[in-house]
Order: sequence, then C-alpha cells, then structure tokens
Amino acid sequence: MTDLQDSKLTEFEDNDQKPVGFGRMLRKEDARLLRGRGRFVDDVQLPGMLHLAILRSPFAHATIVSIDTSAAEASPGVKAVVTGETLKGLGLAWMPTLSNDVQAVLATDKVRFQGQEVAFVVAEDRYQARDALELIDVEYDVLDPVIDVRKALEPDAPIIRTDLEGKTNNHVFDWETGDEEETARVFAEADVIVQEDIVYPRVHPAPMETCGSVADFDPVEGKLRLWSTTQAPHAHRTLYAIVAGIPEHKIQVIAPDIGGGFGNKVPIYPGYVHSIVGSIVTGKPVKWMEDRSENLISTGFARDYIMRAEIAATNDGKILAIRTNVLADHGAFNGTAAPVKYPAGFFGVFTGSYDLKAAHCKMTAVYTNKAPGGVAYACSFRITEAVYLVERIVDALAYQLEMDPAELRLKNFIQPEQFPYTTKTGWVYDSGDYEPTMRLAMEMAGYDELRREQAEKRARGELMGIGISFFTEAVGAGPRKNMDILGLGMADGCELRIHPTGKAVVRLSVKTQGQGHETTFAQIIAEELGIPPADIDVLHGDTDNTPFGLGTYGSRSTPVSGAAAALVARKVRDKAKLIASAMLEVSVADLDWVKGAFQVKGDPGRSVTIQDIAFRTHGAGDLPDGVEGGLEAQICYNPSNLTYPHGAYICVVDIDPGTAEVKVRRFIAVDDCGTRINPMIIEGQVHGGLADGVGMALMEMISFDSDGNCLGASLMDYLIPTALETPDWETGYTVTPSPHHPIGAKGIGESATVGSPPAIVNAVVDALKPFGVRHADMPLTPSRVWDAMRGQATPPI
Amino acid sequence: MQVTMTVNGTEYTREIEGRMLLVHFLRDVLGLTGTHWGCDTSNCGVCVVWLDGEPVKSCTVLAAMAGGHEVRTVEGLANGAELDPIQEGFRQCHGLQCGFCTPGMLMTCRALLDKNPDPTEGEIREAISGQICRCTGYSSIVRSVRWTAVHEAEARNAKEEVAQA
Repeated sequence: MTDLQDSKLTEFEDNDQKPVGFGRMLRKEDARLLRGRGRFVDDVQLPGMLHLAILRSPFAHATIVSIDTSAAEASPGVKAVVTGETLKGLGLAWMPTLSNDVQAVLATDKVRFQGQEVAFVVAEDRYQARDALELIDVEYDVLDPVIDVRKALEPDAPIIRTDLEGKTNNHVFDWETGDEEETARVFAEADVIVQEDIVYPRVHPAPMETCGSVADFDPVEGKLRLWSTTQAPHAHRTLYAIVAGIPEHKIQVIAPDIGGGFGNKVPIYPGYVHSIVGSIVTGKPVKWMEDRSENLISTGFARDYIMRAEIAATNDGKILAIRTNVLADHGAFNGTAAPVKYPAGFFGVFTGSYDLKAAHCKMTAVYTNKAPGGVAYACSFRITEAVYLVERIVDALAYQLEMDPAELRLKNFIQPEQFPYTTKTGWVYDSGDYEPTMRLAMEMAGYDELRREQAEKRARGELMGIGISFFTEAVGAGPRKNMDILGLGMADGCELRIHPTGKAVVRLSVKTQGQGHETTFAQIIAEELGIPPADIDVLHGDTDNTPFGLGTYGSRSTPVSGAAAALVARKVRDKAKLIASAMLEVSVADLDWVKGAFQVKGDPGRSVTIQDIAFRTHGAGDLPDGVEGGLEAQICYNPSNLTYPHGAYICVVDIDPGTAEVKVRRFIAVDDCGTRINPMIIEGQVHGGLADGVGMALMEMISFDSDGNCLGASLMDYLIPTALETPDWETGYTVTPSPHHPIGAKGIGESATVGSPPAIVNAVVDALKPFGVRHADMPLTPSRVWDAMRGQATPPI
Repeated sequence: MQVTMTVNGTEYTREIEGRMLLVHFLRDVLGLTGTHWGCDTSNCGVCVVWLDGEPVKSCTVLAAMAGGHEVRTVEGLANGAELDPIQEGFRQCHGLQCGFCTPGMLMTCRALLDKNPDPTEGEIREAISGQICRCTGYSSIVRSVRWTAVHEAEARNAKEEVAQA
C-alpha cells in the first residue's frame, strides 16, 4: 500500500476557488449532509403515518393456491392487509414496465421469482407490520423454475409468462445490428480470428439507501403526494397517472435527498404502488422502506449477458471486424429501463474506439424465474457490457498475435480527422482524440517500466499483471426523434428566474443522487450570467415545482439538462441585453458582454451589471417597447445527438500464487469528458465508478441455485468493495469538447463503471499468461483465479 | 420497558419495546435522522454512532442495551455553526457524494483521530473497512481524514506556540 502523500493535500489549501463559472468549487449540498440534516425518504415523518411491509415469495416459480390473511388482520396495530385479489378488484394487479411489458403489482395467479410481492400489510409501526407478515398463510403449488438462461428456450422449458395471452415459450425479443453478410465476408478474408465466450454476470447496484416511499393521499383535494426514491420524478408521475388513474395534476412526486441510485431507482417498483394503495385504503400517510435483502432480491439488477465474441484481424494487427451473439437474461418481467427503440440499450456501440470494416450483433432475450431489471448500475444503457466485450476480445487478440495490448489499440483507433465518425452499427461519434488520452495514461503509469518489472517478476515466478482498457461512451439520451421511454421524449426542461436583487433560482427536471447538481448547475448559470454560484438556488426533485423532463440516469444530466441550463441562461442574457441597451441608451449592437455585465463598446466605464438589470426589470420606469417586465426564461432542450466521452485506463495487479488472491496495486484513469465544469466533482464521479469496477471484476455477483434461490441476498453474500480492496486512484484528463453541446461538456457519471472492469480483468488475465490463460470470467474471486491457474474453465453461472 | 440514555449530552427517558434497535430509537423515537440504516447485517456501517466513545453499529445494538450509557451521533459533532474538523475535512476533500454513508463515516473517522491523531493511509483504510461507500471509491475519504489530521496538528502547534509565548 502506498502511503498517501500529504503533498497531495496542499493543493487543496486554496480549495474553494469560488469560481464564477467553471472550476473547483466545494459543494453547496454538503452543508446539510455533513450535519446529519439531509432529508432522505425514510426521514419523512408525517402526522398519523402508518408503515407498510411486503410479504414476498419464498419460491422462484409457484402457483398461488390460497392466501389466508385473517390472522394478520387481527394482529395488533394492523390497519390493512392487501393481496393480489384485492388489487385485481381495483384493476391494479398489473402495471406497465418501462419496456412495454407488464409486471405484477401483487401476484395473483402465480409467483415468478423469489422475492416477488405477494401481499402487503399496513400497520401502526414498522415492527407490527413485520410481525403481521408472519401470520399470512399462503399455500403454494411449486413449479419447476427456469434458472439456467441457456435452457430457457428449450421446447420442454416451463412457460413463465402464462399471463400473456398465447405465450408458448420464454422468448422476449430478438435484436440485431450491423451487417451480417458483410461481416461474414470480412471474417472470411481475415488472417486471424479469435473467439471467446464471455459472461457478464448479474450484479446489483445496491445503493446504500434502499428503495422506499411515503404516500399521502388527500381524499378531499384528491391529491396524492409521494415522496420516493426516484431518479426520474417526472416520468414516474406520468406513469402513476396512467397506472392509478389519478389525474396527473393531482400527483406530486417528491424525490428528496437520494442515497445513491446508480440506475437502481429508475424503475417503478411494486412497493411504491403499494404505499399509494395503502394510503388510499387507510386514509393515512403510509411509509414503505424495503430492507437490504428485499433490495438485492427484487429490485433492478444489472447485466446478465452471455456473449460469444469474435474478432477478425490481419497478422500485423489491423482489426477488421467484430461480431457477437448474445443471450440476455431479462428475468421474469421485461423491466428494462431503456429507450423503447433500444431493447438492448446502447449495446450497439460494441465496436468500441476502433476503425472497423464490419460489425454485427445478434441477440436473443429470454424470461427466467429471476427478478426483473437489466439496465442499472451506472451502465449507460448496456455500454458496460459492450465495452467489456470489445476490450476483452481485443486483449485476447493481442494475446494471440503476441502483440502488446497498448500497441494493438494505438494501431486501430479512429483518427481525430475521422470525426464525426459513423460506426458500422450506425452510431455517430461526435468527437474524439484517442491517442493523446492513451499516451497520457501510459506516461502516468510508467508503462514501459511496468512491463520491465513484470518481466523480471515473471522470471522469478511472481504473478503481476498490467491491464488496459480504452472506451468510448454514448451518453445523454437523447434526441426525441428516436429516443423515448413509453412515448415520453427524452428531453429536459429548465426554468431560470432572476430575482429583483440579482439572486437566482434555477429549476431542473433532473435529480441528483449524489452527483452534486446543486453545485454544478449553479456553476453553469454562473458561467453564463456572471452571478456567483452562492447566489443561485438549484431546485430539483419536486414535480410541482420543476419543469418536466426525464430525470438522471445514463450520464444524461450534464449532456441534456446541463445544455438546457446553459441555453436558458443565454435566453435571459438576450433579454437582459435589450434592457441594458435602454439603460445605457446605446443600441444593442454597441454592447459587449463581459461576464456579469454589459458594457458600451469602446467605453468600458459605462456598464450595467446583471444585478442592475434584474432590478430594473422589476422596478419603476419604462422598459423598451415590446419587452415584458421580469427576468426569467424557460426551455425544453432536445439534444441533437448523444455525447461521446472516452478514456484510457491502466490497472496493475499482483496475484498471490499461494492463495490466488488478486490485489489491485495501482489504477490509472485518464478521462475525457469534454469541457470540465467542476474538476473536483468529476474526479469524485470517476473514483466511485472505479470502485464499482473492482467490485464487478473481483467480488460482486448475484447468482442462484438450481431451485432459484438468490445467493446474493445480503451484504454478507453480495460482496461490495471496501477501503481495503481499493487502491488510491490516479486520475488524469484530456479535453475534447462536444461540438454540439452548448458548453462542450459530455457525461462523466458512468465512464469509470463502464471502463474499469475490462482493465482489471485484462490485468488478471495478463498476470496469468504464464499459465496459458487467455480469458477468465468475472468475478475473479480467489477460487476462480485458482481454477484458471490450473487450466479449468470458469464454472457456468 | 423504560430506557434512559444520554444522547449528544441530553438525557432522554422513553417507553419502548424491548426489541427496539438503537438505530430506530434514535431515528423514530428521538427524531435524530442523521443516523441512517442500510443493511441489517452489520456490513454497511451507515448506522455507526458512538456508545461511550466507541463506534458501534446501531442496527445491531438494542436500545435497551444503551440504557444508562452515552450515545453520540452525527448531530452532536458540530459545535453550533462551527463544523467539527472532520466534517470540514470531508467538505474540503469531497469525502461525500450522496451523503448516506457520511454520518457513519464521520463518527468512525472522528474516533480514529481521537485515538491516533496522525494515522497512515493504511490505518485509515483499516478503520473504515467495516463501512461501505458506493459513491466515493474511498480515496477522497482517506484524504479527508489526512486533511483533518494535518489541520488539527497545525492548530495544536499554534496553540502550543501561543502558550509558550
């Protein structure tokens, strides 16, 4: 372990640069969070509030024969016990998922995964609600489950979705991208073809705050107030209106402080709907807060792709084509949260950062008796899977060609003059300059020196590995012409109001879960208007008080909502200019904008500040003809394209040959997210994603036994990295602004989660080269590494 | 049953069920919601508070067991408007993002510095290894503790110089 140098801390001495615009700035939200004054959903206490607990299925697949709730109803403090039959009567037993499937709010006919919601109890306190669950008597008729995804489409496989009329198999969808024929032709002409079967196991975002809600339905006003752990409050409100039939203006969704999301808090879970029903039935506010096991076994999982990857190249290392065949496990209901025209999310970017002649992907998605979900855990809509696939297979090619993996990548990068670059699967990369990013990472790592050290260690029988990954992300969904969720275009609104004294309030449609929106968005407005960030209040997460938009996930806040914030500020500035021209009695053309003020061209002594102008717009005296009072604007921003951040990661691992334990010694991450708004927050986003990568590569997996029992149902079984498994991260950056984003920024929230797993796995495989290992599947636990060292394939999941 | 304990210097007596966990007593009975709950299995550490000066996971302590003892929570760290140096360290070094694990981290790190005013990176990592943060990747938390150690040492030295003069 390296000793942290306090010299690193001295650069923070002038920590708060107090920028009026971009630069390192301490976070506005920290004041409350550091004092224990954050307001999370479970902190909400309303007068007369009741507590809700959910009875869940112990079986993966079973018919419900009967449910007896009489003992539970008689239990102390119990106010209501609700089953699927009750909901059926109200027409609420099923709800739409984000992928145009349906999901049971409470099971009526049968249960389809372990942990599925069967009944709920509302009681006076949380202990009483849990007690009553024990008294509900459910008789099940256990059915054979479908657990092995490879067997889901076998002719004799049990049919899971008997609720869907005419359904005779477990097929969800087939999806294809690229040109199959052309790819086959290029493969046929290649010198070298390398193939690997690569599994990206099921993992879980497991935010530290689990999911929950407090519903308060006022029967007199007919108004529902719902505090909930949601990353997308506006989208949720619209869906509640559709599901529950409550008019949209009578629903207020409030997402208060959120204790991490990582995609886990995008879907609508049955529990949220239960709390609403519970409040309507009892006439009281009702709180539901799931426990950790419930979070792990029933809410949105991530990945679960089985991928066959093939790469074709020339003998001298020119990559020609990549093709892949994917089997996707979607669980019992297709609850994938992705734009509807993208059933596999943005997996189509599996061509990576390389200039190929052809590419093709064929995918089949199936139902299994496991929890629904699939798009979560900071995955940028399945780009994690895509980047893992390409970066793993490129490394396997390097192994086969006996080429240095850095050299192989450098040889095949898309060149700067090729941007905007259309990939063979139709994605238009907006910008990129890959080689400097790669070179910087190699320089920071001391790449050549590391290779020398590795050679010496190998000669002594020590196991050291160096792994590289280079990724291009596609974030900021997205253009409404082809991206929507259940018909809702993926645009974001923004409203900006300048008060008479020049202070401001900006209202966002997106929602922070720790990313620091209250700081970053104040800085964007500050950059555009010259109002200090401290004078700008950022409101978000309350549908009654913010404009409509699709929320925060897929690294979309800065690319979409950040653009909206910059443009709304420019609208305000345009109006301010008209007023400034009247105040200074010069024409608009004679004004220069210097951050925070308009001044007369050639006469800088004559100027008015944005604060002067704000007061004038609300003050006495005439305004110019046709100009209304007030200084405010609103916008709904529809992005013209996604933004394409990129990065180069290098990981150094040591493996204990006696125990097969992997130690991440160093991790170097160079990211390019275009224009950098707050470098401190960017670094924080990267650090968090790198730790996720260590988790996925080495520790985390949600697996099941053959009966469908979830084997990752607590944090004792589902292992998340602590401070002991993670190194002191080394970060660097390059800047390639997005040409179509108003401030040139690209998303950064998920880059490291996307980019780091392949770097770590590539490092482990590199360390195992003396054993002839070309691939091993995640998570690379000591037992799996031990098996790989002995030439045994990773056991199937 | 009746339980009496001192929390952040104030004595409270309340009627509770014998099975009530300390974390629920603090949050639901006393309304001190700064202490969070995260896992039930003592793995995550978002519920860490001090019991007689020692960090404990309040999800696995019965409120009854804290009877007659002194509890300190994140709400008891700051001195009015003035943050405790460990809180300031987290602020300066971006040691928090969503803020959910932060109260527990702060309590553990404060306890570490009280026992060991100049901890190494390894000692800091060891001290917080029973706690999970999903956002920061831990480096910034380690830096926050080092920042605090350096600044508290400076403050001590300055005090000594004044005393000598």
